[in-house]
Amino acid sequence: MSSDRPDDSEGLESLFDADSDREPVPRSQRLERQFDLYVAAPVRVAMTDWRAIVGTAIILVFILMGTLGVWLVDKPTSGDAPVLEPPFQNPSYILGTDTFGQPIGAQLIHATPDMFRMVFAGAVVSVGFAAVVGVVSGFLRGSTVDTTLMAITDIIITIPGLPLVIVLIAIFQPGNPYVIGVLLGLDNWPGLARTVRSQVLSIREESYVEASQIMGISTGTILHRDVLAQLMPYITVNSALASRRIIFESVGLYFLGILPFTTFNWGVMMNIAYEGNALNRPDMYHFLAFPLLTIFLMSFGLVLFSQGMDSVFNVRLRARHSSTIDDDGGPKS
Amino acid sequence: MRTDYFVKRVGQAVLTFFATVTLTFVLYRMMPGGPAEALQNVILQQQMGSGNTIDPARVERLVAQYTNLQSDAPLYEQYIQYMSSVFLEQDLGESLYEDASVTSLLAERIPWSMLISVYAMVIGYTVSIVLGAVMAFKEKSRFDSISSIVVIGLNSTPYYVVGILFIFFFGIRNEFFPTGGRVGLGVEEGFNAAFMQSIAYHAALPVLSMSVLGLGTALTMRGNSVRVLGEDYLRVAKLRGLRNSRIATQYVGRNAILPMYTQFMIGIAGVLSSSVIVEEIFSYPGVGLLVYDAIQVRNYPVLMGSLIVFTLVTIVAILIADLTYGFIDPRISSGGTDE
Repeated sequence: MSSDRPDDSEGLESLFDADSDREPVPRSQRLERQFDLYVAAPVRVAMTDWRAIVGTAIILVFILMGTLGVWLVDKPTSGDAPVLEPPFQNPSYILGTDTFGQPIGAQLIHATPDMFRMVFAGAVVSVGFAAVVGVVSGFLRGSTVDTTLMAITDIIITIPGLPLVIVLIAIFQPGNPYVIGVLLGLDNWPGLARTVRSQVLSIREESYVEASQIMGISTGTILHRDVLAQLMPYITVNSALASRRIIFESVGLYFLGILPFTTFNWGVMMNIAYEGNALNRPDMYHFLAFPLLTIFLMSFGLVLFSQGMDSVFNVRLRARHSSTIDDDGGPKS
Repeated sequence: MRTDYFVKRVGQAVLTFFATVTLTFVLYRMMPGGPAEALQNVILQQQMGSGNTIDPARVERLVAQYTNLQSDAPLYEQYIQYMSSVFLEQDLGESLYEDASVTSLLAERIPWSMLISVYAMVIGYTVSIVLGAVMAFKEKSRFDSISSIVVIGLNSTPYYVVGILFIFFFGIRNEFFPTGGRVGLGVEEGFNAAFMQSIAYHAALPVLSMSVLGLGTALTMRGNSVRVLGEDYLRVAKLRGLRNSRIATQYVGRNAILPMYTQFMIGIAGVLSSSVIVEEIFSYPGVGLLVYDAIQVRNYPVLMGSLIVFTLVTIVAILIADLTYGFIDPRISSGGTDE
């Protein structure tokens, strides 16, 4: 049904017409429509959705920080600068310096690449695992494979992630950001797997899939054309959310001092500042505030991005909007 | 059907618990050099003061005493021994530092962690479901866009950052709330008003910062409600001229909340997880702080015990949620595995 939906800009009457018109359309026309629906329309909606724009912009800034920034700004070392220089005073240390005389801005920048490594490893592991388990399980519903996979998933969902990760870290003492990312990702996938599975199940029960089945189209084609196409956006959205969660957890663990301080990290900075009683010392406020702000900004970017993508990709939402307003960019009623 | 469902869920819970205890066994075995070697240093350090000479057999004995692992026995025997002491004797080993069993340490702490977690969960979810529904009904209004931004903002703030900010603004700048402990000094314990008040007073900030975790649901709730509002059956309900209140609760509310089942399940585990960090920030002596203290000194028996107890609490919470969910959504208890 969704692939036969008319373009967003069409009006109410044509929508109802399309609803009753279930005859298959020629392939070329359908391709054109699919391009419009999956490529052109999302971009168009994204351009009108401030969340998608701001989210993408913030993520781009962080990517620049992690690549170009590291190259432009020297790695900070202790005693580089006067101790606890306040922010916005000296142009060479705009964000001020910490208790060891390291510029805070440079530390924030040099923590970014490892953060990305962690997030990348964690997101790949959790989302990849979740997608495979979810799709397989959803498609083989009721089989032994499905039952076993879901039993394992339920067990891992139940085990509280952080205490488990803490025990794992206590045992292995990982310093490599990829390893940390994988460990954090390991407790992240089951929830997503279950959601992907139920998504697959609900897609399977959509009327257009039913129609395809009645028409005798093979399972492979349905899986490929109807299910996967619908899941990809879903996976994109969840990758962003999984990334946010991995940032939260890794920074939290660095902040607690549970992960070894082998690298620059926003959490390490927070830990040093917090342990140094920054909350009671106005001259140290900036040392704690800027890492906090950075974490907030990065997750804000990711959440906005996922929200923006959600509305961009959400067929129902878009269909509903196309029936209530003329144009997504139009004035809000 | 109903009893089938009940048996299945309880069976699943038992299986999960069994798997977790097995997991802790595997984790002990996965320690580099096995538990004996991993614990040896800690034990040697600790026995230093007593002036005893440490021979390997004594280390073995101590490891067995602390962890329930007979590390010289064959693997399957170790496993059976370990499982039977956990299940039959409720023995989770002994703390390496305090002269106390892990079970008694945890038993003292667990009610406090549950207190803050349960309140955080209830507050977080109630607020977000109501907020999400209202946002969906007023979609595209100013209220919707402002609360969307606020919720996204809170959603991007880690709960521990919220905790730090709370301490700063409500504990240090304005001394509204205490920044640590779980009950005031010199307050008489027992069922008296002052004691209860002191508990609530100390728990307020941890509870509020943990409840931020549940707020993500507001956006899901909003999304689900918006989706339900676009459904055909809702159009029919409106055409039938049903009262708005009935549409809101029975059509939209119910159908929007049901798909969030998995999210709630993970949420329960997530909130309990978060107590490790929150309790450390607020120096709130619950299981989380116990874990934090244990990891500083590599107190493995306490860590494993906490993992087991955390999981047990989550299992029970999820079991309760599961069984009540069966009443709300009849599809589940009639044997369907899809939600």
